[in-house]
Order: sequence, then structure tokens, then C-alpha cells
Amino acid sequence: MIAQLPILQVIVPLLAAPCCLLVGRSKLLWFFALLASAMTFVISLVLLQQVQESGTIHYSLGGWSAPFGIEYRIDLLNAYLLLIVSSITSIILLTAHASITAELNENKHKLFYVVFLLCLAGMLGIIATGDAFNLFVFLEISALSSYTLIALGQKRQALTAAFRYLLVGTLGASFILIGIGLMYMVTGTLNMFDLSERLPQVEESRTVVTAFSFLILGVCLKLALFPLHWWLPNAYAYAPSVVSALLAATATKVAIYILLRFIFTVFGGEFSFTTLPLQEILSVLGIAGVLTASVMAIYQQNVKQLFAYSSVAQIAYMMLALAMNSTNGLIATLLHLFNHALMKGALFLALAGVMYRLGSVELTQFAGLGKRMPWTMAAIVIGGLSLIGLPLTVGFISKWYLLRAALENGWWPLAIFILLGSLLAVVYVWRIVETAYFSPAKAGHNQIKEAPLRLLLPTWILVLANLYFGCDASFTIAVTELTAQALLGGAP
Amino acid sequence: MWLPELPPFMPFMIIALFVFFSRGPLVTVLMLAAPLWGALNLWQLEQGLLWQVTLVDLQLMPLRVDKLSTFFGYLFHLASFFCIVYALHVRDKVQQLACLLYTAAALGAVFSGDLLSLFIFWEMMALSSVFLIWARRSADSYASGLRYLAYQVISGLLLLLGTLFYWQEHGSLAFTYMSLQGTGAWLIFFAFGIKCAFPMLHTWLTDGYPNATASGTVFLSAFTTKVAVYGLARGFPGSEILIYIGAVMTCFPIFYAVIENDLRQVLAYSLINQLGFMVVGIGIGTELALNGAVAHAFNDVLFKGLLFMSMGAVLQMTGRINGSELGGLYKTMPKTTLLCLVGAASISAFPLFNGFVSKSMVMTAALNQGHEWIWLALLFASAGVFHHAGIKIPYFAFFAHDSGIRSQDPPNNMLLAMVIAATLCLAIGIYPNLLYQLLPFTSAYQPYDVSHVLAQTQLLCFAALAFLWLNLKGLYPPELPSVNLDVDWFYRRLLANVWSKLSNIIWQTDQHIRQVFLAKLKQLLALVAKYHRPSGILARAQTVGNMALWIAILLACSLGLSFIGL
Repeated sequence: MIAQLPILQVIVPLLAAPCCLLVGRSKLLWFFALLASAMTFVISLVLLQQVQESGTIHYSLGGWSAPFGIEYRIDLLNAYLLLIVSSITSIILLTAHASITAELNENKHKLFYVVFLLCLAGMLGIIATGDAFNLFVFLEISALSSYTLIALGQKRQALTAAFRYLLVGTLGASFILIGIGLMYMVTGTLNMFDLSERLPQVEESRTVVTAFSFLILGVCLKLALFPLHWWLPNAYAYAPSVVSALLAATATKVAIYILLRFIFTVFGGEFSFTTLPLQEILSVLGIAGVLTASVMAIYQQNVKQLFAYSSVAQIAYMMLALAMNSTNGLIATLLHLFNHALMKGALFLALAGVMYRLGSVELTQFAGLGKRMPWTMAAIVIGGLSLIGLPLTVGFISKWYLLRAALENGWWPLAIFILLGSLLAVVYVWRIVETAYFSPAKAGHNQIKEAPLRLLLPTWILVLANLYFGCDASFTIAVTELTAQALLGGAP
Repeated sequence: MWLPELPPFMPFMIIALFVFFSRGPLVTVLMLAAPLWGALNLWQLEQGLLWQVTLVDLQLMPLRVDKLSTFFGYLFHLASFFCIVYALHVRDKVQQLACLLYTAAALGAVFSGDLLSLFIFWEMMALSSVFLIWARRSADSYASGLRYLAYQVISGLLLLLGTLFYWQEHGSLAFTYMSLQGTGAWLIFFAFGIKCAFPMLHTWLTDGYPNATASGTVFLSAFTTKVAVYGLARGFPGSEILIYIGAVMTCFPIFYAVIENDLRQVLAYSLINQLGFMVVGIGIGTELALNGAVAHAFNDVLFKGLLFMSMGAVLQMTGRINGSELGGLYKTMPKTTLLCLVGAASISAFPLFNGFVSKSMVMTAALNQGHEWIWLALLFASAGVFHHAGIKIPYFAFFAHDSGIRSQDPPNNMLLAMVIAATLCLAIGIYPNLLYQLLPFTSAYQPYDVSHVLAQTQLLCFAALAFLWLNLKGLYPPELPSVNLDVDWFYRRLLANVWSKLSNIIWQTDQHIRQVFLAKLKQLLALVAKYHRPSGILARAQTVGNMALWIAILLACSLGLSFIGL
């Protein structure tokens, strides 16, 4: 049983998805889905422990050994990402029943859980697999299911948002596919480990360079790197609240994992950063992304959209840290992966609470909510402080490492831009605080009550995690340090 | 001992927590208990690094007890005690909590042994103190509080940035003596400078303090700037630049204070002037000068607190604070008048009042080190202080023309707080050793010798004479910025004219530059808004074609750059 864990991680949600069709009532469905995702969470915990104890786990699918069959390969990076995705998804799923009862028609609940689990299976599959083509397949599974999830949104704009995401996402996927195809052409293998051994022999060839460009840009589109971010704000804003939380907290993290895996393991850090202009491209786009997206967040009227733009900015931070190509930079990226999942998870779940009570997350609706929904608003304030990077929140830890990495590299102007980004974050968070606490409540809002406990509890789990990992970061830092060293050491 | 030993900020935080959940008379008891418990707790603490934490890979020392920090620790407990007594009648949870947390933060800051803990308490001070301004709950005070907060937060950010640089340069976060070399030390210096109201960086003080509540201003005047003085005394003693900055700080506020009508704003300017004396002392950096600087900080808390309290009482009882609207109050507020006069005498450094025993230390130190010009500037500033704080404040509020206001003396708790401060002013003035034995360095300094007393008395007499003469001749328009006796009428008239023309030109140029700058800023913001608004080109929902175009452009760039490199 223990030996089968790498595949169980993916199979459980994948099989649970069609089984949902057999379950009748919505509440039972929720229970079932929760069970499946809790199982993935437990499995990922065990996997992380195993990896920490005995190193990388290899698993050959169907008993076919590596170059012929598909190999699953769990090292520290995989285990860490699996844990992030499965834990955050489980916490988000806790709120699902309450939230979708308010936002979706009864007859769509079944579809929602099926697609949600498929999306989870896709994301876990991407992380677990050691095969480039298998990765593409799982990428499509998670992408197609997230298009569906977005299209479930109440408003009609959800359909256009999903359709545009579908077109653009398919474009990105085809870029990735072209990249993988080109690599297969020159090396004759799809296994990532084999690729990493064979690519250095042909790295002078233009085909490899082209493959790299296609692949990286395809992934950048998936993770909404500025200026390829246009699909993201509307997709987040019009999707059901639970879906926004899922996408914001986990989906982009998975895309960043793909990027890390290809840059550092498959192509090797040396090739990516010395032969190719990756550093220049990522740092320029990163700075532009941080500033532009933060400023755009300031001007948004819809709070979901505001946080969506803030996500674009936060992703740009991770790309900046990645571009440093140093241990501390990578630690910053990896820490922010986890920390951003915590903050955005907490924020979007809190927004789900607002949506539950008000049916809208327009900024004007927030007037006076500080008194009506104190716990929800407190969650937003703490999440916002974490976004800004105040000490004692997780945001501070990753910003601190990012600044350290920038100073180590001697990139002084970058440090200033990073601080400027924090100031912009102060502005957009302050807009919400000002409206919620300092504006008089709207006339019809006297009856608004605090969000129900089913929504508040998971939100506050994440909020407290924000504070806990901000005070005691020894676990995350230990894991990310080892991971970063492994990645830079080039070991697969 | 029968009390647990806690970091000095903890008693205040714990009490704040209890106050949050209590009502009625219990709050009063709790508030009074806070400084007493705190002082007892501080008395128990031994010297040394008492508490060390490791955060990530940083060594933090949030509790360092030595003579300098203990001195400020006692000062802050004393200040918070009379401030709390003064504010006992206030039934506003926001103010009560803010003042407790503010005191806690100030205490935390002076006992921080490393820069990162200092930064945390630094920001906590900013965030808690601003509520004392907002608590007045007017549109003006809200705007002014925001400006105040902006300055404080910028100071905090500079401190954080400086800490980062300093750590990078020295590999240590310990907050000890730093010479003014390297980016880190300079950034920290500026962070302290903002809180210490260095010239050009001082506007938050004169803007924010007069807009706080009657009791809030008393708290504000006691802590923020004194923490900055502590920071400078700890980090940059003997930096020569501080002597000149301090000298400018003693002189320039005098002109503003003379023409200002809002009496609490006059006091705010005079606060900068007093800070100047401390900064000069720190800049000189000898043991005598440093003793003088911190002793003056101690005395300043007492007499400036007393003056702010008396003006707060006037504001509370009459609802007015402008010099032109007040006057003649001595008839119905005799006790307040008397107490205000004690504060005025102290700030003017009358012999037998506490201002004298510390100010003369700084001035003697300046002479000892051969800074004659600085000494002269300080002398001029002393005369100015006497004029605007010693005479103008009591004169316009309590005497001058009768305004017809017939308010009574304030409630007993306010009077009691003022009596405590006034008694201490006198006690320290008469028995200076009370204060001297607490100082960080041992000193054999004697304030009461013939030359000191004589020089100071002469100075005061002539300054008083100047005021009297001007007033009798009816030559004392409130806008006139000078009280020099040896300048004749024409010359003063001429000077006034030239001054007003010159200031007019400067003012206009300044206005013009500001307007141009503001216009440019507005244009820039409009431009930013134009592109970043939801309907702007960057944030508008783009067509799929455009998105495809962008990825194509990026692909072209990436391929092009790669092939050039190959």
C-alpha cells in the first residue's frame, strides 16, 4: 500500500470524480468529495515524510520501467507542492457546501463536485508525474475542468470569461506541447530525467532553444505572467467564490512548479540562465508586473478583481525571485508559493463569506461591513497585512528572503521596486479597510449578519496559518532550503 | 519577588487587554495601575540582555536593560502616570487603549537591543499614537492624522531599509553605537531624524500635535520625540553634524512660534526648539553633554507636559485655543494660571526651576568644547523660548485683554496631574541631584554657580524688558518675528518690510514650485489612472487576438535574444 502512494495520490480524486455521479444528495456529495481530498492530503503528508527520510521516490506505472513506461518521481519539491495543493484544496472544499448552495443552482452541484475533483486530480498529476507528455495530459485535465468551473459562475460574464480563458489556455497548452514535441524530436525521450541527461549534448542546437522558448512562454501564459495576464482577472472575478479561491491559491502554484521543474531540472539552471536570456526577460517582466498589476488593483471596483490583480503582482514577485538564480532567490520563490497560497486562500474564502451574505463583492457594498461582519473583515485585514508583508505574517518572511536575495545579487534598484510594490499594496488594502471600517453602512444593510461558521472556520484556519507560519517559519524554511539546494545542484 | 519579571512593555499590554473588556470605574483603577505596576516591574529588572530570541536566522534581543534605557524607562513611566491622571475623566475606549499601547510601544522601543525589534515597536508607536489624533473625530484631525501617519510610516520604512543595509554591511542587528558611515547608518539616521523633527522633516509634529485631543497631545509630546532622542543618543553620540542640526532646530521654530496664533501649535514649535538643545548635546557627545541631553529630555517631558496640560485645560474648559480669542482667564482659572506659570518658568530655565539645571549642562558642554557660535545660537534660542513659551503662552491665555470668557478651573484630576508635574519641576530645580543620580554617566556638575545664575538671570531680565517695552509702546503686533532691544524703530520697521517682502517672494516662488510640481504630479497620476483604470488600456478586457499577439511578441523577443546569444 505504502509503495503505491505516488499513484494513489492522483488516482483517488480521479476515480472519485465519476463516482460522484452515483451519489444523490448535495450534502452527501460534499462529504464524499471532502473525503477524497482529505485522503490526498493524508497521502501527501506521508509522502513528504518518506521523502524527507529516504530521499526521492520512484514509481513505475504499471510495472513498465522508466524509459518505456511512465515514471512517477517524488522528490522534495514534488512532495512540498503536493502538500500545498492538497491541504489548501481540502480547506477550501470545507466551505464548498455552504458557498455553492448560495451561489449555484441545485442541479449544478453534482457537476461542480465532479469537475472540482477532476481539477484536483489534474493538478496533483502534474506535480507527481516524471514524464513530460503525461504532464501535458494532466495539464489539459486540470485546465479543461477549470474552464468548466469558471463557466458555472452566476453572471453571464462568467461564460465569456471562461471562453476567453479556454482560447488563451489552449494557446498556452499548444505552446507547451510544441515545446515538448521539439524536445522529443532531438532527444527521443519524454522522461524528464532522461531529458535532463540528453539535452546537454544537444544544447547548441536551435531546436532546443526554440523548444525552451515555446515551453517557458506557454507556462508563463498559464501562470499569468504580465503581460500574458489578461485572462486572469475576469476568470477569477466571475467564477463561483470557491473556484476563485481554488484557482488563486493553487492553480498558479502548479504552473510555477512546471516552470521550476523545466528550468532547473530538465534544461538545467546553467543552460537556462547563461545560454538564454531568461534572467533579463523574467526580471523585466517581473518588475513591470509588480508595478502595473498593483496599480491596476488600486483602481478596481470589484474586490475579487482587485485581489486577482494583486495575484498577478504576487506571481510577478515569484518570477523576480526566480530570476535571481540564487539559493536565497529560489527559497523566496518557494516560500512565496506556500505563503501566497495561504494569503489568497484566506482572502478569497473571506470574500466567499461576503458573497454569501451580500451576493456581491463590489467595493461599494463593503461600506460599514466592519461592524456587521467583524470576523470576516478581520480576516481580510490580516490577509491584507500579509500581502503587504508586515512582520509576524507570512508575507514578511517571503519578502524578507526576496529582499535578501536582491541585495546579495547587488540589485539595489530592485529592492526599491519591491518596497514600492509593498506601498502600492498598502494602498489597495487600505481602500477596502477604509470602506469597511470608516464608511457609514448602506441603508439596506442593517440586517446583514456575520458569515456562517461553516465559512468562517476554514477562513480562520488559513488566517491563523498566516500568522503561525509568519512567527515560526522553521518548517517551511527547512523544506524550501533543501529543495532550493537540490534544484540548483541540478539533481533530478 | 512577589511579581513576575516582565519586559517593561508587557504590563501596559496586559492592562490594555483588560481595559478592552472592562467597563466603568474598573477601567480607572486599571489605567492607574498600569504605570505603577510597570515601574515596580522595571525596578526589579537587573541590567543586561535579559531576553534573546532567534527568528529565522536573526538574533533578536527584545530586552536590553542598561543605564540609558532604564533612565528613559523611568521617565516614560512617570510621564504616562501623570498623563493618565490627567486623562482620567476621558470616557473614550479608543483613547484609553491607544495611550496604553502607545506607552507600551515607547517602552518596548527604548529597551530593544536590536534594530528589528526597534522597528516593530517603532511602527507600533506610529499606529497607536495616530488614534490619539483621530480621537478628536473631526475632518481636520482625520486628515492631519493621515499626514502624521504617513510621516511615521515613512520613518519606519527607512528604519527597516536601513536595518537591512546595516545588516548586510555589518552582519549584526545589534543596536549600539553606529558611526555615520555606510548607507545603512545614514538611512537609520534619517529615520530617527524624522521622529526627532529635524528641520524640514518637522511638519508632522506642528501639524499633528495641535490637532490631537486635549489629553492626547500630552501623551504625544512625551513619547515619540523622546524615543528618537534616545535612538540618537544610543546610536549616534558625538556626530558633529548633529550639533549644527540641533542649533538650527533651536533657532528656526522661534520665528514660527512668535507669529502663530494657536497656542498649542506655539508649544509644538517650542517642543522642536527644546529638542534642538538635546540634539546639540548628543552631537557634542562628551559625558557632560550627553548627560545634559538626556536630563533635558527628562525635564522637557515634565515642563512641556505641564504646559500642554494647562493649554489642554484651557481648550477643554473654553473650547478655544487661539491666542486672539483668549485672555483674562486668570480671574476665573487662578489655579491653572499658576501652574502654567510654573511650566513657563521651567521652560524658560529660571534658576530654581528644572529647565535651568539641564539646559545649562548642554550650554556649558558647548563652551567647553569650543563651539562659541553654537553657544551664541543656543543663547539666542533661550531668549526666544522665554519670549514665546515663557511669556506669550501665559500672557495671551490668561492675561492680555479680557476676552469675557468666564470658565472655571478644570476637574480635579487634571489639576492633580498638573500639580504633580509642577511639583517635580520645582523639586528637580531646587535639588538637581534628584535627577543627576539617575543619569547614565556620573557627573560632578554644579548648576548653581555665580556665572550660570547671573548669565541666565540677565538674559531673562532683558528678554522680559524687551517684551514689556514693546507692549507698552503698542509695538507688539503678533506677526513681528523679532524682540531685539538694540534695534531701533526704523531699522525694525525696515527689517520688517524687507522681511515681509523677502518672505513674500520666497513664499510665492515656493508656491509656484509647489503648484508646478503638483500639476505635474496630477498629470502623472491622471496618466497612470488613464491606463490602469478598469476601462484603461492595460486593464480593459483584451480580445483573444490581442492576447495571442502578445505571446507572439514575447516569443519573437525571446527567440531573437537567444539566437543573438548563440
